[in-house]
Amino acid sequence: MTFRNEGRGPALTRRQAYEARLRRRSNTIAALSTLAVVVAIVLLVPLAPRWEAVKKSFFNWDVFARTFPGLLEAFLLDVAIFAWSAPLIFGLGLVIALMRDVRSPALYPLRLFGIVYTDVFRGVPVILVIYLVGFGIPGLGLPRPWNSPYIWGTVALVLTYAAYVAEVFRTGIESIHQSQRAAASSLGLSEGDTMRYVILPQAIRRVVPANMNLFIALQKDVALLSFIGPVEIFRQAGVYKSLLANFTPYVGAALIFLAITIPATRYADYLLARQMKARN
Amino acid sequence: MVWLQAKGLRKSFGTNVVLDGIDLSIDRGEMVCLIGASGSGKSTLLRCLNLLEPLDDGEIRLDSVDIAEPGLDPAPVRRRIGMVFQSYNLFPHMTAAENVLLAPRRVKRMTRETLLPEVTELFRRFGLEDRMDHYPDQLSGGQQQRVAIVRALAMKPEMMLFDEITSALDPELVGEVLDVLRQLRAEGMTMVLATHEMGFARELADKICFLDRGRILEEAPPEVLFSAPKEERTRAFLSRVL
Repeated sequence: MTFRNEGRGPALTRRQAYEARLRRRSNTIAALSTLAVVVAIVLLVPLAPRWEAVKKSFFNWDVFARTFPGLLEAFLLDVAIFAWSAPLIFGLGLVIALMRDVRSPALYPLRLFGIVYTDVFRGVPVILVIYLVGFGIPGLGLPRPWNSPYIWGTVALVLTYAAYVAEVFRTGIESIHQSQRAAASSLGLSEGDTMRYVILPQAIRRVVPANMNLFIALQKDVALLSFIGPVEIFRQAGVYKSLLANFTPYVGAALIFLAITIPATRYADYLLARQMKARN
Repeated sequence: MVWLQAKGLRKSFGTNVVLDGIDLSIDRGEMVCLIGASGSGKSTLLRCLNLLEPLDDGEIRLDSVDIAEPGLDPAPVRRRIGMVFQSYNLFPHMTAAENVLLAPRRVKRMTRETLLPEVTELFRRFGLEDRMDHYPDQLSGGQQQRVAIVRALAMKPEMMLFDEITSALDPELVGEVLDVLRQLRAEGMTMVLATHEMGFARELADKICFLDRGRILEEAPPEVLFSAPKEERTRAFLSRVL
């Protein structure tokens, strides 16, 4: 049996009509409860005793309009640091992952290095690595340009993130089924060729969503380099704050980060969902 | 003429004895079928023959060289012995043609251009010429398995091992894969099959080996083994599967 559908395409089956009703109902409930929460926030927050002061110092439209272009410009430096760090992280992460996979006893030091490396750099907060590398190494009295915080800040980010990326790659390598190795061996391929042509191409593809998440985190952590000198967006916002005695530039900076990270996160989620679907 | 001679093959996984002293000889151009219940050691025997699994003990003489010598580089042996698996094991990120070209290019250092004519010919011989640029997930199970056979053949092996290659296929796709085996048989390829296809084994095999608990309990030409098995356990097995 079907329900008549007032000339809107083919008539719905009973099940479809029921599900459409259910969907309308839950959409209405969701809209109403969201509206209630928004109204509550809009009405209640301004009732806080110092709301006027906070509004002036964090959500000041004039300050926002004056500082936003400068922030955007400073953000280009974040993008640049990200752009040259990312490939280095990818490369070093892959090398470390492969080091941890070597079986030959002569190469055991490499393996040990890989293990120690990932332990150390995953175990120390990024900001500490940035301080130690960013202040420590130029402190050796290196001549220009080798004392640049851009170089050593980048090195600090690369060292830290390569450890995480290496672990992701290793998970990917281990997730490739043993039968793929067996097939490659049965054809007479060497271990190196098996890794290069059979295992790695599949492993790298499989961990794209996981790596995307790491690179989104990296995009935000670039701001930490401001602590050792580069005038990127966070530091630029700080400059404006001191200049105008107003915190709105920080809100502007946050919005700029969100404009990048939210779409990137959604894209990573989409890739992951597609992969899950493909594997089932 | 005995081409491969295996003696006293033993293999355990932990406390589980999988091969318990296997003797097997294979002549050039011969087709040997291994039958037996699952867990009887058929797959492990095949995997040991091309050194995918290291043996605990025993020797395998290939042209009178012991290839089971521990520490021997297995790659040259594997080049001479092709293997096809139950679950196809094609490389999913490569097209059918790339799957087939990879090993000859990397192992024999041949160029794509020199290989392409003969590889195309192989695809054509097995009715796959219009599937060369397809990825494995765009192929049916039967087509994937035939590509896997072509991939092994492209290395020009002297012997082929088939590990229950039709067990994962839908019944209507089994025929096309068995046809490939018939074709290879007619061309005189030396073959060892682990199989549950009794009718096929009876039709084509020179020799049937019945494996039971890691041993070859009975070994005979198909007309003998299927109609007059000597061992009680062989009879019991055959009455279950026939």
